[in-house]
Amino acid sequence: MDSVTASEARTPLAATADNGLKIVIVGGFGVGKTTMVRSVSDIRPLNTEETMTQAGEGTDDRSAVPNKTATTVAFDFGRISLDEHTVLYLFGAPGQERFWFLWDRLFAGTLGAIVLVDDRRLADSWYAIDRLEHHGTPFVVARNDFGGPPYTAAEVRKALDLDPNVPLLTCDARSRAAGKQVLISLAEHLQSLAAAQQETAAP
Amino acid sequence: MTPRPGRDDDPDRLYTLTQGRSRPATDEFDLVTLVVAESDPVPGMQSEHVAILRMCRRPTAVVEVSAQLKLPVSITKILLSDLLETGKVTARHPRTTPNTAGAQRLPDPTTLEKVLVGLRHRL
Ligand SMILES: Nc1nc2c(ncn2[C@@H]2O[C@H](COP(=O)(O)OP(=O)(O)OP(=O)(O)O)[C@@H](O)[C@H]2O)c(=O)[nH]1
Ligand SMILES: [Mg+2]
Repeated sequence: MDSVTASEARTPLAATADNGLKIVIVGGFGVGKTTMVRSVSDIRPLNTEETMTQAGEGTDDRSAVPNKTATTVAFDFGRISLDEHTVLYLFGAPGQERFWFLWDRLFAGTLGAIVLVDDRRLADSWYAIDRLEHHGTPFVVARNDFGGPPYTAAEVRKALDLDPNVPLLTCDARSRAAGKQVLISLAEHLQSLAAAQQETAAP
Repeated sequence: MTPRPGRDDDPDRLYTLTQGRSRPATDEFDLVTLVVAESDPVPGMQSEHVAILRMCRRPTAVVEVSAQLKLPVSITKILLSDLLETGKVTARHPRTTPNTAGAQRLPDPTTLEKVLVGLRHRL
């Protein structure tokens, strides 16, 4: 286990904290999500789980019996106190297809997402990218450098079918400075999207 | 490298399944709603309630309460609802007003500015 659930190292928030924000880090198995959360978080990553019972209606009508399926998904998180009122929570979320109905609910209202990819396993992130596009959740893509094959940025963009506006970054999830840079890039990307939207909306 | 298949190739079955039900009416707590205890535990109180009141002496997010209690988020929310209804805790909900005017859901400029300033100074 590389994260803790225990009450160890409780670092309380300021009494004035009153606004929680969310950013989600999605990516395939072992791509470095927990590592990135740990690099930038004020606390050691904590983990918990969510269970969702889903009525199987609309799947197919082989049977009249309503089939219910319960899915449990574990995720970890950390936080950064941005000022005396604002706390940014970072969630590390597996990108596998079977979990997405849960993310839809858990992560509704996120500021944006970081899609963490390993150049050697780019296909692991296809589903997450589809999903984010579908939802209109803004994101950046960060290539976690495992010393893999040196694809060019253009090759990676092509393989991921990335919209030209989506920033593609390189990082080392173990580095706080690199994690900070990815977070700042996401925030700046959100700002430029917001500015572009303002312009379109203007009469 | 194999490119990602075209965006519209595959109808999203799971999305269809959950459409319209992604935010149940009972979902009064967000993952990052900050919970604050308004009173001390009293004898005879359920142990989870006692634990929540103790950990929420300082603002604590729902997801942190869940991690500390080692209980799933959904169960934690039910426990928190009990305490909220009886006024033993208060909830500070996220103040972001998602901008849904355009195709993308974007946070408001004030929030974004706070995030950038905070990241630059605090990290
Ligand atoms: N070389 C290198 N190794 C890394 C980097 N980031 C993470 N790792 C290592 O990769 C392994 C997996 O990292 P995790 O952070 O546990 O990955 P994860 O995405 O949380 O994994 P799961 O939650 O199991 O899906 C660990 O052994 C990390 O130390 C990186 O930037 N470079
Ligand atoms: Mg992990």
